[in-house]
Amino acid sequence: MNFFKKLKEKITKQADSVTEKFKQGLAKTRDSFAGRVNDLIARYRKVDEEFFEELEEILISADVGVTTVMELVDELKMEVKRRNIQDPQEMQAVISEKLVEIYRGDDDKPAELNIQENGLTVILFVGVNGVGKTTTIGKLAHKLKSEGKTVMLAAGDTFRAGAIEQLEVWGERVGAEVIKQTAGSDPAAVIYDAIQAAKARGVDVLLCDTAGRLQNKVNLMKELEKVKRVIEREIPGAPHEVLLVLDATTGQNAMSQAKTFKEATDVTGIVLTKLDGTAKGGIVLAIRNELRIPVKFVGLGEKVDDLQPFDPERYVYGLFADLLEDKNEQ
Amino acid sequence: MAFEGLSEHLQRVMSKIRGKGKVTEADVKEMMREVRLALLEADVNFKVVKDFVKRVSERAVGQEVLKSLTPGQQVIKVVKEELTELMGGEQSKIAVASRPPTVIMMVGLQGAGKTTTTGKLANLLRKRYNRKPLLVAADIYRPAAIKQLETLGKQLNMPVFSLGDQVSPVEIAKQAIEKAKEEHHDYVLIDTAGRLHIDEALMDELKQMKEVAKPDEIFLVVDAMTGQDAVNVAQSFHEQLGITGVILTKLDGDTRGGAALSIRAVTNTPIKFVGMGEKLDALEPFHPERMASRILGMGDVLTLIEKAQAAVDEEKAKELEQKIRTATFTLDDFLEQLGQVRKLGPLDEILKMLPGFNKIKGLNNLQIDEKQISRVEAIIRSMTKEEKMHPEIINGSRKKRIAKGSGTSVQEVNRLLKQFDEMKKMMKMMTNMPKGKKRGLKFPFM
Repeated sequence: MNFFKKLKEKITKQADSVTEKFKQGLAKTRDSFAGRVNDLIARYRKVDEEFFEELEEILISADVGVTTVMELVDELKMEVKRRNIQDPQEMQAVISEKLVEIYRGDDDKPAELNIQENGLTVILFVGVNGVGKTTTIGKLAHKLKSEGKTVMLAAGDTFRAGAIEQLEVWGERVGAEVIKQTAGSDPAAVIYDAIQAAKARGVDVLLCDTAGRLQNKVNLMKELEKVKRVIEREIPGAPHEVLLVLDATTGQNAMSQAKTFKEATDVTGIVLTKLDGTAKGGIVLAIRNELRIPVKFVGLGEKVDDLQPFDPERYVYGLFADLLEDKNEQ
Repeated sequence: MAFEGLSEHLQRVMSKIRGKGKVTEADVKEMMREVRLALLEADVNFKVVKDFVKRVSERAVGQEVLKSLTPGQQVIKVVKEELTELMGGEQSKIAVASRPPTVIMMVGLQGAGKTTTTGKLANLLRKRYNRKPLLVAADIYRPAAIKQLETLGKQLNMPVFSLGDQVSPVEIAKQAIEKAKEEHHDYVLIDTAGRLHIDEALMDELKQMKEVAKPDEIFLVVDAMTGQDAVNVAQSFHEQLGITGVILTKLDGDTRGGAALSIRAVTNTPIKFVGMGEKLDALEPFHPERMASRILGMGDVLTLIEKAQAAVDEEKAKELEQKIRTATFTLDDFLEQLGQVRKLGPLDEILKMLPGFNKIKGLNNLQIDEKQISRVEAIIRSMTKEEKMHPEIINGSRKKRIAKGSGTSVQEVNRLLKQFDEMKKMMKMMTNMPKGKKRGLKFPFM
């Protein structure tokens, strides 16, 4: 199978600290996931029903989601028939090929942010409570600043206690102005103010924080729609990105989150946070597969520079690094 | 279909079997396949699912079910029983130290809701158990975490102990307990920073805090939306710290909450409370049997009854029944009823507790705007005494006045009058019904 070789080569060509970061961040993930796939392959002499059943479980345990797993396994079964694969060893390649395929989808577009060449770029952050929206904004502000952009933050979470202060600390840390009102004020009004301020000061990027909300709270989702409408009205073509922040530890509910937030705010990308834990965040596979929302960034740690652009190949490489190395030795 | 909850799943499966005279082994097998998928989709850990399905299958296929008179019902019973069992038998209470203060440590991953839950727990301790808790801000890492707890303390009018973010959490815990003793606080709630269960340095810090604070309870706060990883997180925290209980947050979302089952199964520690909303009183004791019922779509009637008992005045209820019977129900009574229903809590939460409610199409996603009720109340309050007694005298100019007075529109006043009229008609019909069917009339507009 030269798939691994190709992937490996491609990765080593662009081998840099980023891939290393991915590997570190995903170390725990990889240990269990790749280890179990390896173990599975070693234990079976034949690719049979039982083999697939156990593979199903491994994928489910990565939070990939039952529906996607069923689809994936069905496709794998077809592939096995087509290529007449008997040896489980060969399955490694086929499995990762399929995973990358799902991640890639139809397009080959890199997951870059839609930053305007001229004028203001507005990015709206949405998500449920506690996924890391404010922290992600801080990290992204840092990243944009280090790329030479001027950044402004809008404290649109007027509900949670301490949320405004939290964003202010980040503003100080990265050197970005924070536009705020008092706690409890209308978030749409805060965002409106921020847009006016951003226009007046001529900043490049405005990052808008919003309060975390569970997607089944209709009234709160309506509030979010209103925030987006205000942005649309003030700047044609904005918001240029609506980023849904997802916690990698979240299970199948992430799909419901993606679906509902997409309906309400037309989400353009996902930031997958907390990937440095043992959770696999496999649900992004299903989300990409069903809703075609790409992952744009991943949070791989607590440091300010631990926000990395998402690259499906690196992600899968991170998941399968052990397999890749084994393969090369042989 | 993809987003339906565990209860809908099981209900669909059950409805296939319910009413069947005979259950074959093949039936049970097919049903268990569905149960397995439903549980997996609900984020129950796959190992736990495996065990569960095995146990239920054995009991279902065994003598117990196949030979019973109503095998279909029996299977449902078995599933429910096992589900309740899996969630941990009876509910548990909070420890009380023999020598106060009782120390509680809140631990968990980032974003699980520790700080908010700490505030809610303090509120519950004061309200329900008449305790005097001290909140301790020991999250020195996340920006403004201390500020967040301080704000909550202000909202609750409760003292918050903090030493800023330059002092080690271990020291903070130590000093806080001393202070609590001095000021005679009987509970100390320590809010710790969120951390990954694999972060050795930070987990060591918790161990040190545990040594110094000697907590009577260590609560693991877990997001109800957590996926398969819930097992790893819970197990790891438990192994390193010996947690005494679990608090499940964000259960007011549409998550199926399978994490609850998993955590309970792997740590064998009880789930003590569940977070049911963003308000500070939205922390409820965990009732496994009720939760099982709810998952199975049997409704959470017990909770509803408890709430109703707490909120509804028996005397007034009787009075109301009398009024309905004699058809002298006025807008004043209606206003009072609204107030009583509101005391029960958010209406959509109440409706969710009613059995079969989630099966009614279009209603399962119903959101009742509390503001709407406020408007209705305002309209009624803007009426004169006579108008409330005899709404039929309300003419055009009166309507205008009422609308103005309540800050609403004439249309809204019209709508309310029409609804009230229909309600009265309905009540008349009900009172004419034969006896015995009149029960459950206490909340006519629910």
